[in-house]
Parts: sequence; C-alpha cells; structure tokens
Amino acid sequence: MSSNIQNAAAPIVIPGHRSPARAAGPRSKFGPASIGHTLGHVSPEIAKVGLSEICLSYRTHGGERLLALDHINLQVRPGEFLCVVGPSGCGKSTLLHLIAGLHPQTSGQILVDGRPVEGPGPDRILIFQELGLFPWLTVGENVEFGMKMKGVSKAEREEKTRYYLRLVHLWQFKKSYTHQLSGGMRQRVALARALATEPDVLLMDEPFAALDAQTRDLLHDELERIWAETGRTIIFVTHNVREAIRLGDRVVLLTFRPGRVKREFSIDLPRPRVLEDVHVAHAARAILDELREEINLSLEVEYSVGVKPHLAPGAEQ
Amino acid sequence: MKRAARLVIFYTCLFGLWALLAQLKIWPPYLFPTPWGVAQELYYGFSDHSYWIAIAVSMRRVLIGYAISVVAGMILGLGVASNKFLEETMGGLLVSLQSLPSICWWPLALLWFGLNQKAILFVVIMGSLLSVTLAMEDGRKQMPKIYGMAGRNLGARGFQLFWHVLLPASLPFIVSGLKQGWAFAWRSLITAEMLYVSLGLGQVLMMGRETSNMNAVIAVMILIIGLGYIVDGLIFKSMEKRLQHKWGLTAAT
Repeated sequence: MSSNIQNAAAPIVIPGHRSPARAAGPRSKFGPASIGHTLGHVSPEIAKVGLSEICLSYRTHGGERLLALDHINLQVRPGEFLCVVGPSGCGKSTLLHLIAGLHPQTSGQILVDGRPVEGPGPDRILIFQELGLFPWLTVGENVEFGMKMKGVSKAEREEKTRYYLRLVHLWQFKKSYTHQLSGGMRQRVALARALATEPDVLLMDEPFAALDAQTRDLLHDELERIWAETGRTIIFVTHNVREAIRLGDRVVLLTFRPGRVKREFSIDLPRPRVLEDVHVAHAARAILDELREEINLSLEVEYSVGVKPHLAPGAEQ
Repeated sequence: MKRAARLVIFYTCLFGLWALLAQLKIWPPYLFPTPWGVAQELYYGFSDHSYWIAIAVSMRRVLIGYAISVVAGMILGLGVASNKFLEETMGGLLVSLQSLPSICWWPLALLWFGLNQKAILFVVIMGSLLSVTLAMEDGRKQMPKIYGMAGRNLGARGFQLFWHVLLPASLPFIVSGLKQGWAFAWRSLITAEMLYVSLGLGQVLMMGRETSNMNAVIAVMILIIGLGYIVDGLIFKSMEKRLQHKWGLTAAT
C-alpha cells in the first residue's frame, strides 16, 4: 500500500508540489489543507447533502431480496466536488438516483439543506449516464426545458439559455437537434441543461465514460472551470479512479454489492490537475489498491469463476 | 423528376387500357363505363355542388370521430400501459375486440342512438379507437424510460410531464398507429354511410347504384380513394418525415 494513505481520513498530500495561486475555486473558502481531519465528520448543520444510514434493497426476478446499498453515511459540504468510485454493480448510480429523488430508499434519510428529500426537486439535477436529452427539441429548447417547467418567463429563459450555452461553447448550435451533435457536444448540452435550472447540487453519473480521451480531457477542464465559476456542489460518480482524482476534492470508495463506504480519500493536489500527472497517477495507485479487491470480487460474481482473475495495476483506468 | 415521369407514364397506360377496353364494347356501357363518362360525371357532380356537400359532410364526421378516438385512445392506451392490472385485464380484451369489423357495431348503434348522426359517429369511433389505444400502449412501452426520468428530474409533473415529455417521446412509436386509426375511421365512415341515407360520400355512392349510374359509382369511388390518399399520403407522410428529421432517424439527409 502506498505510504500516502494511513487511514480512512488521510489526505493524499504530495509536499512540495503545491501551487496555491492556481488552486482557486469554491473549495478555497474551506481552506485546502484543513479538510483532511474533518473528513467524514462534516457536521450535518453545514452539510449541503447529508446521507444517513441509507439502505436500498429490491426484489430480484427470482423473488429474493437483494441489498444494493448498505448503511451509507455521507456528508457533502456546500461547493464541494465529491467523486464516488466503485466497481460496476456497487450501486453508485443508484445512490445518485436516490439523491435526485427518482426512487425512494428502503431506509435511512437524505437531507438537502437540512430538509428531507421527497421526490425530484429543482435544487438537485442529475445528469444521466445516457444523458436523456430530448431528441424532439432543439439544443436551445433542451436547455430551456427545466426553466419552462418552473414557469420562468420567456425573456429570462432566453437570457439564461444564452448564458449557459455560451458557458459550454455551444451557442451557435442552439437551433440544432441533438442527433446532429458529436458525443462531447451532447455531453455539454446535458451539462448546460442541468446548470440552466440553477440547481445547488449537480449529480453526474459517469458522464464522460463513453467519450474519447481527448474530448474527456477537454470536458474535465470545462467542468472544473464551470464548477469554479458557479460554485455548485457536485457529486460525480465514475469507475475511473484517475478521473475522480483529476476532479474531486474528496473521493469516496464504495464496496461491491452491497455498496458500503469502504474508504474516503481527501485529494489535496493543486488545481488544475492533469490526468497524466505523476502525482495523480501516484494517488490513483493508492486508491486502486483498495479498489482492486472490490473489482476482483465483482468479476468473481459476474463471471462466476473460482479463481480470482489477476488485474494488472492500472487496468481500471 | 424521374419519379414524376414514371408516374405519368403509369397512369397514362392505365387510363389508356381502360379507354381501350371500354372502346371495344365487350361489356355494355352501363356495366363498364368510359373514362370520359366518369370525368363528365365528376364535372357535373362538382359543378352542381352535390360532391362538395358530400365531401364536407363526410370529412366533418370523420374528423370529429377521429379526434374523439385519438384523445380517448391516448388516455386509454396510457392507462393500460402504466397500470399492470389494466394491462392484464383490458389488454387482451382490446386486442380481441380489434378483430371485430367496426360495422358490426352498427346494429347496436342503431338500437342505442337511433338512425342518426350519433350512430354513424359511434361506428367511426369504434373503428379507430382500438388502433389508437393499442398504438399508444405500445408506444408508451417502447419509449425509452430515460425520457420520463429526465423529465421528472427537470421538474415536469403530471400533465406537464405527459404533454411535454411522454407524448412527444412516444410520437415516433405511435404515428403508424395514428395512421392506421385514420384508415379505419375513414373505412368505417363510408361503410356506415352506405347503410344510411345521410348526404355523405357513402350515400352518393349508393345513389349511383340505385339509379344504375355506373359513371357516378366509379366517380365516387375515385373521390373516396383520392381523399384517403390526400390525408394519408400528404398529412401523415409529412408528419412522419418531420419526426424522422427531428429524431435523426433518416440516414444522411
């Protein structure tokens, strides 16, 4: 195990590589170095999103009950960029659906600004893995949709649509239909559509998983810039550890079925980070060591083999 | 342009053949009319306004009946698609009812409503309601679930969700059912009109038979085909094309 990780609350700090001038962003209001020891113990009063003892179980087609999420406790600070990683089948997407209010949890409580979540709300917008852009609407109409549902006036809708489409550099495509755009552009439409409803909390479900590496790098930069400009709280689910370290203030690792919080890592690298950076790779190695056990477990179940398949380091990237 | 040329050649040949057969006088003219006889009949029919009136009366009936079918069918279809109990019970009944030709409702309609407009409307609705219902049910099920979730996530509720998300999302899947519903409505109407003296196209067609006017019979048949084609080929086709363009279902246009 990497020496940078002592325990669940240990921040990954690489001394001598800090450039505080570049580490701007909403997180600075909490002090970049001070968050390490309070990890996992954010007081519920200041938490933007608070999950306590969240369990979710469902009945399979065979009739047996399957536990998907097992007593998840998580406090997310206002303006924090939180990444959730885990092997496929750990319930990380489901967790976002619960926070978005699209499904009820079996037990436990989700608080946003201290109020329990009862269904979808304009304060929490989820960007689906499959995006769910509406193909019968133009790019502009897609971005306007949430505001229209809220009853925002036409003039204000147009103004905000212009603002958010410019933010993602897609203003000139406002009259296109989504099928006319590339994967990366569609991704940005989804981001603009979510931002345009001005939610406090942005929930992102493996948004960049299907993109090529160049497009993904660009979108990482843009997302980080938009996060810094808008000060939103972001909960970002991914299976890619390096991506999580590239973006997150904190990385939460979930176990394979049932999903439990295995460990939390505070990522104390200066921003903007580069995916190929040696410190990112170094930090990723530490988390990957933990993740690998869970991946092996998931492979064992999915392929139903007795022998644990060996995974070379970095295979998850 | 080439396609238009082929169509012109095809129809010229068709009418030429018709004219030739009529000219040979194998059958008497009161059984096998000439093209110019039919054309003349069409001209008379339109100039004394009787065809215009018949078309207006028939179109009005079919539009009212079809509109009711579409609204009721969508509600029914959505209900059946989103409720497991309804699906299990009503679903099978709807499919089996569709095998019943709509004119079989005519005797029942006569007893319920009497010999009047309502009876005709009832038959038209029964003809098209089921296709619309089944199409809507199918469309709702085929529609990717993500759209409903995305709509709720962005704050759409109840009727908003139906009108702005579920309906447009299922349109590509129900447009063929809407088209089929229209065809059934049109056929049911003409059939019902033929059984009831009522001013519509069906009645004008029967008048042709009663007065042994073969020219009128063919002329009205051409009218019925023509109107069906206009609605189906122009209105529904352009709707389908627009949908395909929006959804990007056409290959490289």
